[in-house]
Amino acid sequence: MQLTQTQTAPMHRRRSLTDVQIQVLFIAPTIILLVLWNIFPLFYSLYLSFTEFSVIKPDVPPAWIGLQNYNKLLNDPRIWQYFALTGRYVVTTVALQAIIGFGLALFLRERFKGSGLVTTLILIPIMMSPVVIGLFWKLIYNPAFGIFNYLIGYSVPNSGPDWLGEASRALWAIIIVDVWMWSPFVMLLCLSGLKAIPDYLYEAAAIDRASPWFQFWRITLPQVAPLLLIAILFRTIEAFKTFDLVMGLTGGGPGDSTELIAVYLYRAAFTRFTTGESSALAYIILVIVIAVSNLYVRSLNRIRGEQ
Amino acid sequence: MTRKLGLLTLGLTAALIAGCAAPATPAAPAAPAAPAEQPTAAPAAPAGGVTELTIWWAEWDPANYLQELANDYEKEKGIKVNVVQEPWGTYYNKVSAEWAAKGTGYDMVVGDSQWLGQAATQGHYLDLTDFMKEKGLDKTVTPATLLYYGTYDGKYWAFPTEGDALGWAYRKDLFEDPAEKEAFKAKYGYELGVPKDLLQLRDIAEFFTRPEKNLYGIAVYTQKDYDAITMGAQNFIFNFGADWKNDKFEVEGVLNTEPAVKALELYRELYTKFMPPGLSNAFFQEMNDAFISGQVAMITNYFAFFPALVNPQTNPNYYDKVGFFATPPGPGGAQFASLGGQGISVNAYISPERQQAAKDFIEWFASKPVQEKWAALGGYTCNIEVLNSDTFKKATPYNPAFAETMNFVKDFWNIPEFGDLLVVSQRELSKYIVEGQGTAKEALDNIAREHTEILKRAGYLK
Repeated sequence: MQLTQTQTAPMHRRRSLTDVQIQVLFIAPTIILLVLWNIFPLFYSLYLSFTEFSVIKPDVPPAWIGLQNYNKLLNDPRIWQYFALTGRYVVTTVALQAIIGFGLALFLRERFKGSGLVTTLILIPIMMSPVVIGLFWKLIYNPAFGIFNYLIGYSVPNSGPDWLGEASRALWAIIIVDVWMWSPFVMLLCLSGLKAIPDYLYEAAAIDRASPWFQFWRITLPQVAPLLLIAILFRTIEAFKTFDLVMGLTGGGPGDSTELIAVYLYRAAFTRFTTGESSALAYIILVIVIAVSNLYVRSLNRIRGEQ
Repeated sequence: MTRKLGLLTLGLTAALIAGCAAPATPAAPAAPAAPAEQPTAAPAAPAGGVTELTIWWAEWDPANYLQELANDYEKEKGIKVNVVQEPWGTYYNKVSAEWAAKGTGYDMVVGDSQWLGQAATQGHYLDLTDFMKEKGLDKTVTPATLLYYGTYDGKYWAFPTEGDALGWAYRKDLFEDPAEKEAFKAKYGYELGVPKDLLQLRDIAEFFTRPEKNLYGIAVYTQKDYDAITMGAQNFIFNFGADWKNDKFEVEGVLNTEPAVKALELYRELYTKFMPPGLSNAFFQEMNDAFISGQVAMITNYFAFFPALVNPQTNPNYYDKVGFFATPPGPGGAQFASLGGQGISVNAYISPERQQAAKDFIEWFASKPVQEKWAALGGYTCNIEVLNSDTFKKATPYNPAFAETMNFVKDFWNIPEFGDLLVVSQRELSKYIVEGQGTAKEALDNIAREHTEILKRAGYLK
C-alpha cells in the first residue's frame, strides 16, 4: 500500500502543473539564453559606450566619460570616410544583387529542361563559407594565373589589372564577389514571389491586350515587391556588417581603400582593444542600420497598403 | 505586419550589435585540469604537491616539439606538463580574455614579444628578474633575444623560448648559374651572390625580374591585416639608420627622417617593380607559395616558415636548390632583423606553489642538454652555446643564417599601446607602399604625428 502511494505521488505533482507553467518551463531555457547572450551584452555594451574602458585592463574599471566617445567618433573625419565608403559599398552591392537576383528569378520562373539543376547550381555560392570564398576569389583575381582577367579579355598573364592591389579597383573586386555570392539569395525570394502570382492575372491582361512590359510593370513587379524588399532589407543589414570577405580578400587595403566600417570596428575592438570607444561605434552603426531598415519597412507597408 | 517587421528589424539589429560590440563579459577561467596519472617510474617527488602544469601556446609545430620535451620532464620530475595549443588567429584573444578574468587556466604562456609591456604593467606576468639572475638563465641566451623576448622596463618577464626573425631564402640554382653570374657582373660590375647590403638586394631583385618568363626578383610582406607590412618595412627602416623612437620615446625627427624615406622608397620600388603581381596582401603563406611555384628568386619570411622550403614534399621542384641568408645591412652598415618568436612567462595569478613549479620547469628547459634537444627537434633555440655549435649550424641549411640573425634582432613597440601604434603604421605603410598614395615622407610624417598623439595620451610624452 505504501509502495503504491510513493509511486503515484510524482504523478500527482506532474498533473498539478498548469498549461501556463508547462509553457514557461519550455520557454525558460531559451529566454535565459537570450538574456545571457543577447540582452545583457546589448545593454552592458551600451553602458560601456559611455565609459573609457579596455577589456584587457581588468584592474582598471570602466570610467564614466559621458558622450565623449560618441563626440570623438562623430568628429573624426576618418570615421566619416569609412562610413561613406561603406555606404557606397552597400548601395552598389545591394542594387546589383536586386537587379541580378530578380533577373535570374524571371529567367528561372519558366520551367525548362534542367531548370532544377540550374537553380541548384546558382544557389551554391550561398552555401559556401565567406572565408573559403575569399581565398578562392583571391586566386581567381590573381593577375598572373587567375581566370578573372582572362574572362574579361586579358588573355596574356600579367597584362590585366591587379584587382586587389589597386585602390581604385579593390572595392569593386569585393562588390563583385558579394554580388556573386548573394544574388542567388535575392533570386530565391523573388522566385517564390513570382511562382505565387496567379495565372489568371496574366490571362486577364492578355485578353485586354496588355503588352509584356505593361504586364511586368503592373502585375509582376507589384506582386513580387514585398518579397524583393524583404530580400533587400536582409542584404542591406548584412552588407553593413561585411567583414569576412574584406579580411579574406584585401585585409582593408590597399591603404584603407576597402576599410569598411565593420573592419574598422574590429580593429578598434580587437587590435587596439578600446572597448568603450568600439562599443560606441557599434551603437552608431546600430542606429544607422535601424534608420535604414525603418525606411525599408515603411516602403514595404506602403506597397502592401496600395495592394 | 508592421509590428512584426519592426520586431524583426530590431532583432536583427540587436544581433548585429551583439556581434559587433566588444566582448562584454570576460571568459571564464578554464576548468581545473584533471589529476595527473601517477608516473610509473620513480622520479623525484613533485615540489609543493604540484603534479600537473599547463602551458598555452599557438598552434604550430614548435608547440608539438615543446610537448615532446614536456613528456621528458614528466619522466624525470614526475610532473605532467600539457602544452595547450590555440590557432594563431585567436591566440591573443584567448590569452587577453584570460588576463581580463585574472584566470588560472594556464601556468605558463609562450607569448609574443609585443605583449610584454601590457602583461608586465598590468600584472599578468610574474616578475622573473631575481629568478633568472640567481639561476644564471639570463647569461645562457643571446643579449638581443633576452632584451626583446624577455625584458620590459629593465626587468625580466619571460625566458626566450622560440627565437624567430625575418630572414631570406634564395634560389641557389639561379644565383650560382655561370651564365647568370656573368650577365650580372657585366651589368652591375660586381659578383652575383648573397647580397652584402640592401642596395645589392635591390640590384639582384631587378636583375631577376623577367615578367615574360613569369620570373620576378623578390617577394616581401605587404599584408595589412595584422602586422606583416610593418614587420617587412621596418627591416629597411632600421637598416637605413632610422628607428620608431629614441630612448625618450620621441618619434618626431627620429622616424620621419631622410634615411627612413629612402628605406620606404626602396621597399615600394621592390613591391612595384620586382615583385610578382597579385601579392598586394601577402604574408608568410604567399611568400612560400611564390617561392615554391618558382615565381621568385628571393623571398623574405620568418625562419619558422623555412622548413617547408627544404622539404621535398612541400617544395618538390626547388627543395635542394634553396639557400638562406640573414637580412643584409643598410648602406650605412646598420644591421637588424625584425623580430618574431616568443618567450615563456609565468602566470601571476596562480598559487606560489604553482609559480615555483613553473619556474622549475623553465630552469630545466633552459639547461643546455634540453636546449640542444629543443634545437634538434626543430625548435629555434636562443641559447648562445647551442647557436654557436657546429652541430646546430650543420643541422639545417637555414640554421647558420638563423644563428647569425639572433644577434641583431629588433622589435616594433612593445608597450601596452602597441595595438594603437600598429594600426597606424599598418594603414600608412599600406597606403604608401601598396596603394601608392602620397610620398614616403608624408607616410612617415603621418605615422610620427599619430604615434606622438598616442604616446602623449598614454603619458609617455608631455
